[in-house]
Amino acid sequence: MNTKSINFITTLILSIGLSFISPWWGIMVAAILTGYFIPLKKFAVFGIPFLAVFLYWLVNSYWLSNGNDFILAKKIAILLPLNGNPYLLILVTALVGGIAAGIGGIFGRQLRQLVSD
Amino acid sequence: MKYFKFLISLILLIGTFYGLNTKFGSIPPIGKFLDPSSGIWQNDKSEVNTETINMEGLISEVTVHYDQNLIPHIFAKNNSDLYKAQGYITAKHRLWQMEFQTHAAAGRLSEIFGPSTLNYDRGQRRKGMGFGADKTLEKIMGDPEIISLLEAYRDGVNSYINRLESKDLPVEYKLLDYIPEPWTLKKTALLGMYMTDMLASGEGDLEYTNLLRQIGRERFDLLLPDYFDIVDPVIPKERDWSAWEVTVPNVPVGAFPLDTIEDIISKPHPDNGSNNWVIGPSKSSSGNPILANDPHLGLNLPSIWFTMQLATPDKNTFGVSLPGTLGIIIGFNNHISWGVTNAERDVRDWYKITFEDSSKSRYYHNNTWKETSLRIENIKIKGQESYIDSVYYTHHGPVSYDNTFKGDNELSGYAMQWTGHLGSNIVRTYIELNEASNYEDYKNALKYFVAPAQNFIFASTEGDIALWIQGKFPNKWKEQGKFLMDGTNPEHDWQGFIPQQHNAHILNPQQGFLSSANQHPVDQSYPYYVFNDGYETYRNRVINNFLRSKDKFNIQDFKDLHNNNYNLKAAELLPTMIASMDISELTDKELQIFNEVKSWDYYNDIDKLGPTIWEKWWRKVYPLIWDEIDYKNEAIASPFSYQTIYMLNHDPENEFMDIIDTEIIETAKDIYLLAFTEAARDLIEWKEKNGDYYWGKYKATYLGHLLQGLPAFSRFDLPIGGNGNIVNATSKNHGPSWRMIVEMSSPPKAIGIYPGGQSGNPGSAHYDDFVELWANGNYLDLLFMQNDSRTDAVIQSQTLSRKP
Repeated sequence: MNTKSINFITTLILSIGLSFISPWWGIMVAAILTGYFIPLKKFAVFGIPFLAVFLYWLVNSYWLSNGNDFILAKKIAILLPLNGNPYLLILVTALVGGIAAGIGGIFGRQLRQLVSD
Repeated sequence: MKYFKFLISLILLIGTFYGLNTKFGSIPPIGKFLDPSSGIWQNDKSEVNTETINMEGLISEVTVHYDQNLIPHIFAKNNSDLYKAQGYITAKHRLWQMEFQTHAAAGRLSEIFGPSTLNYDRGQRRKGMGFGADKTLEKIMGDPEIISLLEAYRDGVNSYINRLESKDLPVEYKLLDYIPEPWTLKKTALLGMYMTDMLASGEGDLEYTNLLRQIGRERFDLLLPDYFDIVDPVIPKERDWSAWEVTVPNVPVGAFPLDTIEDIISKPHPDNGSNNWVIGPSKSSSGNPILANDPHLGLNLPSIWFTMQLATPDKNTFGVSLPGTLGIIIGFNNHISWGVTNAERDVRDWYKITFEDSSKSRYYHNNTWKETSLRIENIKIKGQESYIDSVYYTHHGPVSYDNTFKGDNELSGYAMQWTGHLGSNIVRTYIELNEASNYEDYKNALKYFVAPAQNFIFASTEGDIALWIQGKFPNKWKEQGKFLMDGTNPEHDWQGFIPQQHNAHILNPQQGFLSSANQHPVDQSYPYYVFNDGYETYRNRVINNFLRSKDKFNIQDFKDLHNNNYNLKAAELLPTMIASMDISELTDKELQIFNEVKSWDYYNDIDKLGPTIWEKWWRKVYPLIWDEIDYKNEAIASPFSYQTIYMLNHDPENEFMDIIDTEIIETAKDIYLLAFTEAARDLIEWKEKNGDYYWGKYKATYLGHLLQGLPAFSRFDLPIGGNGNIVNATSKNHGPSWRMIVEMSSPPKAIGIYPGGQSGNPGSAHYDDFVELWANGNYLDLLFMQNDSRTDAVIQSQTLSRKP
């Protein structure tokens, strides 16, 4: 397995694990940790944690809401406003989680650079 | 370089965290809000109520059955457990609403919304909402049994709150980014004030004062007479009061101060009111009394009501509760049923206060300077420093208006005297009503009820029907409290109260039925002073005419009456308007509209054009008549619609008909034409934009979420007819908030419906599942379980058990 896959899987598992005990920013902590301990290069520094949490939040929000016919998702998608489209809300959710994790990944990587000398 | 890169990444990290964890204006903290594990996705679910809950302080086990409508049927072994369970279950479904309403009552909205609600909060404080809640608690402290039940309720609510994890918070908390505080007895008292303010603060003393000053005494009495003969009073005219020994204070010498009052605190919705009626055995097809009630309030989501059944081995009560207080407020048990409408009596008066100096520490009364007391109101504001408001109290009550609030004179102000400040052990009334088994129990239960005064209608399986108008009413001299009063004159003070046993009431009237619809309470033979403070003049006549129209009635008749759209107001004026119209100059389009309204049958049904035209036309006629009155610069009372219509029918050339801005002298006939042309222009415009102006579409009734009508959580364009002044009193955002019909068979058979759903969660299928039924005039068959054995109608069951 290459580093990218290891980072991806670790970020995903850590994010899920932390979600039971930490507030929403557990995904950022997860990405910082993996960015530090499983260093990546170039765009992957942001891209891999982004993808891991993007998928996690995408699947999780879809799964939660689908079981309830998207009743609340449709309403929140009016509020935000996303034209009442629950799928757009799921996409936005995934993007928000992904970006937060990606930024965490960048920070973890830079922290390692700083400390490693 | 690496330091620089690190720094950039750190800033990026902090920026992202801050950006996603912070609320900006009305945008929630977006990371927190959208997190699937703890944000709104956790609220996208309907209720599961099967978990066994271990609850501290329970004496025995409590069983809660839920039917398909998410109505909880709570079976406990004693009152303490029952109300603890009620608190828990109510919080489970309505926590955010419970707390929000009490925040609103207390004037604490700025804590949530920031400075935009500061003025509202100040108004609440200056009305003495917190002061009244404190008085209520003081009063209840003398009743240890009630205190212990309130504590049980509180503990139940807190048991739910303490169990909450952040992911379980109701969605409104997530949206506004705050968390619930522990429930307290004070909050229940504040809910009482919320209802009292909603129902017992509709007086118009300051507005009447302005009008009196503007138009003079003679015209004032013409436009706002104390009594209308046409009204069927709440207590039927057959009632004889002559056996009572009564003293009424004499009218003192000394005038009312005729001040100019520019601005006042906003008043509750003028349509806050209700219908109730009951028939005795002689008028019932089955021989059982039948009782109906429908309180008319603002139409909000979550609904103000929460339906439940509360049973112990000693009682079994069903009906609607108010989230935040215990017991059933409108409902029935195996022996009796009861309902309420607002009594609308004038129980709040205003006094002009003269301060000694700008410190406001002393005020003049009875030829001496008396000390004020100061209540400091600390209003917390989100994102800002707190606002400190100083409210001075006289022996009347709070000086609501002074130079710091809607006034400019340092040396004077207006103080409020209000039965809402007397303290009221309402909870005891409801606990005893819930347990009552006959007329005597009902009568005794009512004695504790101070405010907001209500018309309590009653029926029992024994065949009794009754109605008591219960509240604490000042015993007033003629016209006392109709206008701003002189705060220096002790004779203007309240001189005492009407003895409770002299509150107007009747048991088993000859006519075999009773009803109330916020009309005048009594006829003029009632020995105490009661004046028309804006009583409703239409619904009572439609209801009573209906109940006189046949010998026998059944539940179907009651449903028909709830949903009756007959517009008596239109029927009393429209024929005159149509007959007086000169149609020779109308355009084709105008003529079409005229013919549409001419062929209307006076029913405000959703698929008719007539009601829209009438409403539009009437709304143009009314201000043209009263153009003599300055509405722009002063808070002012509007002449009664009933009196306006009476004048139009009987005195069409009255000088008020003249439009003062024109050279010619107009009469009613000219006004009809002018108003019609204006109305037609608006209607044509509306039609071009929206299509045909069918009443349902035009009225567009909606249920607004409590959070300032947040559209995402509201329901719009509901297909329901009616309007204000109609038995089906559904206007745009106001109307029947709970319709209940109970036949007093053994056990009673009941149906009910409200616009909303049992769940307070916008993500639940039960958030608004009653709405269509309600709009269509249908009801739920209420499942009145006779014991705690699970039946096929039970969908889920939950046990609350003692913490081991």
